[in-house]
Amino acid sequence: MSSLSRDDVAKLAGLARIEMSEEELVSLASEFTVILDAVARVQEVASADVEPTSHPLSLRNVFRPDVVVASLSPEEALSGAPAQEEARFRVPQILGEEA
Amino acid sequence: MIRSSAYEMSAALAAGDITSVALTQAHLDRIADVDTDVHAFLYVDTEGALAQAAAVDAARGRGEKLGPLAGVPLALKDVLVQKGIPTTAGSKMLEGWRPPYDATVVTKLKSAGVVILGKTNMDEFAMGSSTENSAYGPTHNPWDLSRIPGGSGGGSAAALAAFEAPLAIGTDTGGSIRQPAAVTGTVGVKPTYGGVSRFGLIAFSSSLDQAGPCARTVLDTALLHEAIAGHDPKDSTSINAVVPQVVAAAKSGLVKGMKIGVVKQLNGAGYQAGVRTRFDEALELLADAGAEIVEVSCPNFEYALAAYYLIAPSECSSNLARFDAMRYGLRGGDVNGASAESVMNMTREVGFGREVKRRIILGTYALSSGYYDAYYGSAQKVRTLITQDFRDAFAQADVLVSPTCPTTAFKIGEKSDDPIAMYLNDVATIPVNLAGIGGMSLPAGLADEDGLPVGFQIMAPAMQDQRMYSVGAALEAALLTKWGAPLLSKAPIMGGRA
Repeated sequence: MSSLSRDDVAKLAGLARIEMSEEELVSLASEFTVILDAVARVQEVASADVEPTSHPLSLRNVFRPDVVVASLSPEEALSGAPAQEEARFRVPQILGEEA
Repeated sequence: MIRSSAYEMSAALAAGDITSVALTQAHLDRIADVDTDVHAFLYVDTEGALAQAAAVDAARGRGEKLGPLAGVPLALKDVLVQKGIPTTAGSKMLEGWRPPYDATVVTKLKSAGVVILGKTNMDEFAMGSSTENSAYGPTHNPWDLSRIPGGSGGGSAAALAAFEAPLAIGTDTGGSIRQPAAVTGTVGVKPTYGGVSRFGLIAFSSSLDQAGPCARTVLDTALLHEAIAGHDPKDSTSINAVVPQVVAAAKSGLVKGMKIGVVKQLNGAGYQAGVRTRFDEALELLADAGAEIVEVSCPNFEYALAAYYLIAPSECSSNLARFDAMRYGLRGGDVNGASAESVMNMTREVGFGREVKRRIILGTYALSSGYYDAYYGSAQKVRTLITQDFRDAFAQADVLVSPTCPTTAFKIGEKSDDPIAMYLNDVATIPVNLAGIGGMSLPAGLADEDGLPVGFQIMAPAMQDQRMYSVGAALEAALLTKWGAPLLSKAPIMGGRA
């Protein structure tokens, strides 16, 4: 039987960049015990001789001719930005934080 | 006029019996009349729709050659972007966002002269089977407002069933077109994967997602299918081949000599009695029309649900990483000095709903080192086995059939606290997505025990979508003869002007 603890869920939420309340961590952990039991059934038939399928089509790279085509203007590209400055996306500080 | 088929509306428009502006206004009036109860729409583009309609009328007045659906109104699932029109995918994460470009499906609809009425409600980021996971409240089933309209495309299906639009676009990752069609007594098709462009479709699970047509008749669905299908250089998984001749198939409706395979594993225990009765009757009608009914076995289908609930969450955990609060959409917690990481964490906490978080966490786990082989890797192997099951079955039959869903529409709230019970709705629709083939749901009648619609599913090999339309049209015609009127004429009449 598979299970996830509250701390496991907290670690996964951190990796997925989702803040979670204590209530959410605890209830998700208990739900995952049930869900993981259900999905673990795939292991019953996934023997070593079966090739995995990642996609219904055989994928290959697709190229287009290297010519300039119309694209979004800077104004259009920035139209949904939560914050912008000097025709650029303004984002929170990512380096050298001071407490 | 709003109760006519799109095909009939198109003929009336071509004959000059009605203008597109009048037809569009009639649907806008109907929306104003009933959508407070149904809540199929998240946004109604009154001005834009009337302007599109006027442009089609003017083009017709000039004698321009127009496509078969020119001037006919349509409801668009809110997971496809339309330039300048609020697009949310049912999430708080995208509240108020107006996309700067059109999805290829939207571009094709516009060039076909189809009038886009507005955006329809859905489970957040298409994750759900009831539309209860929408951040903007549930949609109600026009057959019984206390019940779910299916999901994730419950808004599109409910809009059709409530005569708010004759055509709609849905997307189907595990059944999100077919299951809503089944529980609302409408028609929906998930085309072959790669048959319709995904450019501008907000991604949930990229190897499974497929946009497709929804309508009230098989022929209307085919007309819409041909309008949106075809190769798109902007989607690298778009198939570069001739579009299957689905309109011709829907018009002929010939099944004589076709072999129809009943999938043994998609019936029996767990399927509601009324669902099984209507399914068996439909098989008899198809046999009467000249089809040969055979039974086929797909032993690995019993693992499809488990594989799906690993593959789809895995892909979604990656796809939804784009909602990082930096370039568009919601940003929260951006107080002075807050780090980018803390802004992301806070935004994703308030922007995503419960089911979306559940799936992102599940996917993150299934893909994490140490668990990858046991979960995601094993699920990919099951995907191979299911594809092989289909290949074997299609060696014995031209199409495969099953009930679309195990049950009719359940009550709103009935399963919302039990993820596994909710996931079981998709047990018969998921194999199609895992194999990338086509699937259709059309009405088979009402279940005796509750008087609610039952769906009949038809599955066809990749790029043989026309076969579903031949069989669907044959069954639809036989059922119409039996009933004497379309199934939706039995639905409760809503609104003062119906």
